[in-house]
Amino acid sequence: MASITLNNVVKTYDDGFTAVKGIDLDIADGEFVILVGPSGCGKSTLLRMIVGLEDISDGELQIDGRVVNDKSPKDRNLAMVFQNYALYPHLTVYENIAFPMRLKSSNVDDKEIDERVRQASKLLELDEHLERKPANLSGGQRQRVAMGRAIVRHADAFLFDEPLSNLDAKLRGQMRTEIARLQRSLGITTVYVTHDQTEAMTLGDRVAVLRRGELQQVASPRGLYDQPVNLFVAGFIGSPPMNFLHGTVEGDTLKLPMVDVPLDDRLRSAIGDRSIVIVGVRPDAFADVDTLESEPEGGVHVELEFEMTEWLGEVLYAYVPFEVEESVRGKLAELDRDLDGESLRTELVVALDAMSPIRGGDRATVWFSPDKLHIFDPESGINLTRDEEKAEELEEDARAQRTRALERAKASATA
Amino acid sequence: MRAMTWPQRIGWIVITVLVLVWSLFPVFAILMTSFKTPSGLFSGTLIPTEWTLQNYAEILTPGGSAQELFLTSLRNSIGISLIATAIAVILATLCAYAIARLDFRGKRIILVTALAVSVFPVVSIVTPLFNLWRSIGLYDTWLGLIIPYLSLTLPISIWTLAAFFRQIPWELEQAAQVDGATPFEAFRKTVVPLAAPGVFTTAIIAFFIAWNDFVYGISLTSTDAARPVPAALSFFTGASQFEDPTGAISAAAIVVTIPVVVVVVIFQRRIVSGLTQGAVKG
Repeated sequence: MASITLNNVVKTYDDGFTAVKGIDLDIADGEFVILVGPSGCGKSTLLRMIVGLEDISDGELQIDGRVVNDKSPKDRNLAMVFQNYALYPHLTVYENIAFPMRLKSSNVDDKEIDERVRQASKLLELDEHLERKPANLSGGQRQRVAMGRAIVRHADAFLFDEPLSNLDAKLRGQMRTEIARLQRSLGITTVYVTHDQTEAMTLGDRVAVLRRGELQQVASPRGLYDQPVNLFVAGFIGSPPMNFLHGTVEGDTLKLPMVDVPLDDRLRSAIGDRSIVIVGVRPDAFADVDTLESEPEGGVHVELEFEMTEWLGEVLYAYVPFEVEESVRGKLAELDRDLDGESLRTELVVALDAMSPIRGGDRATVWFSPDKLHIFDPESGINLTRDEEKAEELEEDARAQRTRALERAKASATA
Repeated sequence: MRAMTWPQRIGWIVITVLVLVWSLFPVFAILMTSFKTPSGLFSGTLIPTEWTLQNYAEILTPGGSAQELFLTSLRNSIGISLIATAIAVILATLCAYAIARLDFRGKRIILVTALAVSVFPVVSIVTPLFNLWRSIGLYDTWLGLIIPYLSLTLPISIWTLAAFFRQIPWELEQAAQVDGATPFEAFRKTVVPLAAPGVFTTAIIAFFIAWNDFVYGISLTSTDAARPVPAALSFFTGASQFEDPTGAISAAAIVVTIPVVVVVVIFQRRIVSGLTQGAVKG
């Protein structure tokens, strides 16, 4: 068990490209931290620097308080699961799992090796496959072998590099739960790289969002969702993504493409003396008044023309096209590029109750509360409505939950 | 594999039989000739009318007309080919590993040069080589053949091995290092076992190239000191000047074919399993 500390860690390649630009991150003992971001944000590079496969150009990496910058991977005692599993094709499942213990540096006798392999294979339900070669295993089984190899090491921390990206959607869901269960029961420090925000949100105690080699925000999944620090985090976290609209301030109203919103104290103090802002609103901020039990108090009613709808059983997504104003187009297009987008989104996505009668082609009125609006600076992209107090509360909550989970794991381990 | 339908299966059988006949008929004809008596050579039948082991006795038993010539040349062939193969494989392994794993300037130039060397016609260099070898004392020596054989075997060895090494995922070595292996341990425990079939294949190909060479063998030797089998066969004479040595030549050809066949049969399972062993990804 160990904590991992990154102090202003930098990676510059020989060709001068800086992939990681000074990252500070504290990973506590037993914590599950996700590194997430669009492709090319430096998350995998960062993980490979932690494990020692990539040199650290500048800054300091500590494991349990000891600086390990110059230690080779074998001396860091970290276990890593690779994206393609990196199983040894010439060895059986048994030998693959036993591999770390068969090396010169490990002093484990044959009896102990056998015990640990059996234990891991039981935990991962690999018992009947121990004598098979990796080529004959399914993707999920290979994934489990790779995890088994990590477990038997008794390593200080687990590192995962997009471990589920080669699996199909159904298996991915299963393995996700399995990884979460394993991590909780072992209580081992884990760093997990992914570009999939569902994995990030469901697995992590804390999620570190990266963009172009820079850390944007480190927070619990709830913290990221409710209190994003900027446009990038707001747009990256959440599916379907947050809607970004052009907003102009005229007197006491904030004019959006489809509706005028009266300014309350919260919005006014956030906006300050700006006349143009980017307004963010999540699809789930909207509701079809007809499906609510009682008429909501306050809030804004807006009549929209829905171009099309998608009914998914538990939710109905409705789409409303709109024009993006010239003044914010540049900023939003840049954001879209950062998020690996194909083209600028010019549709408002509204998530409604699945019972809503609204269908494509309809004109209908939906309701939303201005409390759910996020206001972003059109130049810097900073979230002006971010509530530090509330954010801290959310983090406090997440920490408390984490402590409880770890205690439960410890209790069941001793029992 | 999907089950084949009957017409498909018959088609495959026909093609396989055609290929087998095409490639094995000459060998069979030589085998039959090697059992013929000198007088039966021109009987016009494929199967000998009168079977004899006389031809094998000529080349293998003491007192046979071609025994000394054949056995010395066989020794030369085996020695020269093995040494040339060993050197080629060792050098090519190191070179190919660097080419597959490292990024360095001039990598392409090395590969292209190797290819260029291998397409050079042997006949065009053999005459200058003959003069050069004579003046520096390599003419009619083992080394004098090993060096040109390397020029034949190295390029193809480098190309085959580089292709092989490229297939071995870099990640395996890294995974081993993360698992606690020293760089050398990682190489020995992951790269070597995976590359072994490739090295075997390459060694066999290189050996055949050296083993089958005729042009260098006949041009750069003059005595038993270094003359390899393919060249020696052309020096066979009959028991008397009125006898044709065809039978003895056939017997010798069969004898030198045997080791090649044996090697392939022994290693083919390894080679094939090496080539088809599961990749890392699904």
